[in-house]
Amino acid sequence: MSFNAPRILPALTVLTLTAGFALVFFFAPNDADQGFIQKIFYLHVPIAICALVGFIVAAFQAIMHLRTGESSWDVRSYVSIHISVIFGVAVLITGSIWARASWGKWFVWDEPTLVSFLIVFLLYCTYYPLRYAIEDRERQARYASVFAVTAGAFVPLNFIAVRLAESLVHPRVFATAEGGLTPKMTVTFLVCLAGMALLWLTLARFELAAKSTRARLGRLRRALEGDEVAVGASRIAPVPRQAGEAG
Amino acid sequence: MTAFRAILAKDLRTELRTLESVPAMALFAATTFVLFRFGLDRTTLEGGLAAGVLLATVLFAAILAINRVFVAEREQGGFDVIRLAPVDGASLYAAKVCVLAIYLGALELIAVPVFAVLFAVEAGGLPALAAVLVLADIGLAAVGALVSSIAVNSRARDLIAPLLLLPLLVPVMIAAAGAAEPLLAAGGPSYADFGQWMGILALYDLVFIAVGYAVYDFLLED
Repeated sequence: MSFNAPRILPALTVLTLTAGFALVFFFAPNDADQGFIQKIFYLHVPIAICALVGFIVAAFQAIMHLRTGESSWDVRSYVSIHISVIFGVAVLITGSIWARASWGKWFVWDEPTLVSFLIVFLLYCTYYPLRYAIEDRERQARYASVFAVTAGAFVPLNFIAVRLAESLVHPRVFATAEGGLTPKMTVTFLVCLAGMALLWLTLARFELAAKSTRARLGRLRRALEGDEVAVGASRIAPVPRQAGEAG
Repeated sequence: MTAFRAILAKDLRTELRTLESVPAMALFAATTFVLFRFGLDRTTLEGGLAAGVLLATVLFAAILAINRVFVAEREQGGFDVIRLAPVDGASLYAAKVCVLAIYLGALELIAVPVFAVLFAVEAGGLPALAAVLVLADIGLAAVGALVSSIAVNSRARDLIAPLLLLPLLVPVMIAAAGAAEPLLAAGGPSYADFGQWMGILALYDLVFIAVGYAVYDFLLED
């Protein structure tokens, strides 16, 4: 497995995110009902969408790992879940701020999207204790992939169940946030979404690069210490070493 | 199919001889009801509270069985024998799901009457409640067998299984409680939205049986 640090991606991310936030503050109009606080929507919703899509992506990467048996897919799946969990923390914090400002409470149990997200987040938090409770490397990767597939199937199901649970009792409180977007708001939202997706991708690529660099460092250190077995093992590694690895 | 029947028969026979799981679950459920009696300081329950107490108790009792369902396979070499024999993961998974569902059904045969007596629950809704519990049991068993075989091979298995199970079972809880609440309402059952909740439970069962069936072989490879 070898992943290089991205070069153009970070610049593109900074550019898109800056443009997105400039649009939020200077272009998008204030919401008629909620005023200025509604602008957190351009931060909160894109992060949430990226986190959820990231969980689904992790499930597909886990399927690829189970099908091919290549450990690089397991690393990809791990990194996707890792970045999405970090995004999840941001979602819960920004969501709480928004809820406090517009409903007066930090957490609102009537809001199905909020509750579903909390459950999904709690589920993915258990990925870490599960993964590190299994010692055998190969089995750890396999079980983690099984978890990622199961949890990936759980995400849409959970949203259906929670949404139904609430919509039977309460009308959708927040229909205006999605339904009542003016064209200016839509443009701003889409730019922010693209920026957040690029940020997710950049972070994931950097973590992959860091992981593969650390693995290579370990191999080199073992080689320096004259551990012939380790050198031999790295030569027959399943993924051939590439030229780019040196730089 | 023969493998499925053999594993199922083996597990049920072991349970009948050792009486390890179901009596413990039943005792646990009865004690939990008594705890709820004092914790809530209520002698009668109805509606949402009744549904919540019953389902939370069944769920926690299920965790006891789920923690144990693969312990014998691991400690007494069942996994090795199953890998040696021409048994595919799907048969083992199906057998374990059935075992868990049977345990849960047996538990509820004891726990629901105890619950109804202790809390003076209206009896009119109980037949429909049985249907809800059957679908909930299948969901618990499908997820439980999968999680249990993940957890049993990890270092902290008693810790990992409940940790993974509880968030995964939230939709079951939501749907079963939603269906059971009007059934246990004071003044006789009503069937508002009953079909919709049963639909969610059935969808959940199908999805997780399919997921378990698809991924189970990967848990056995070693």
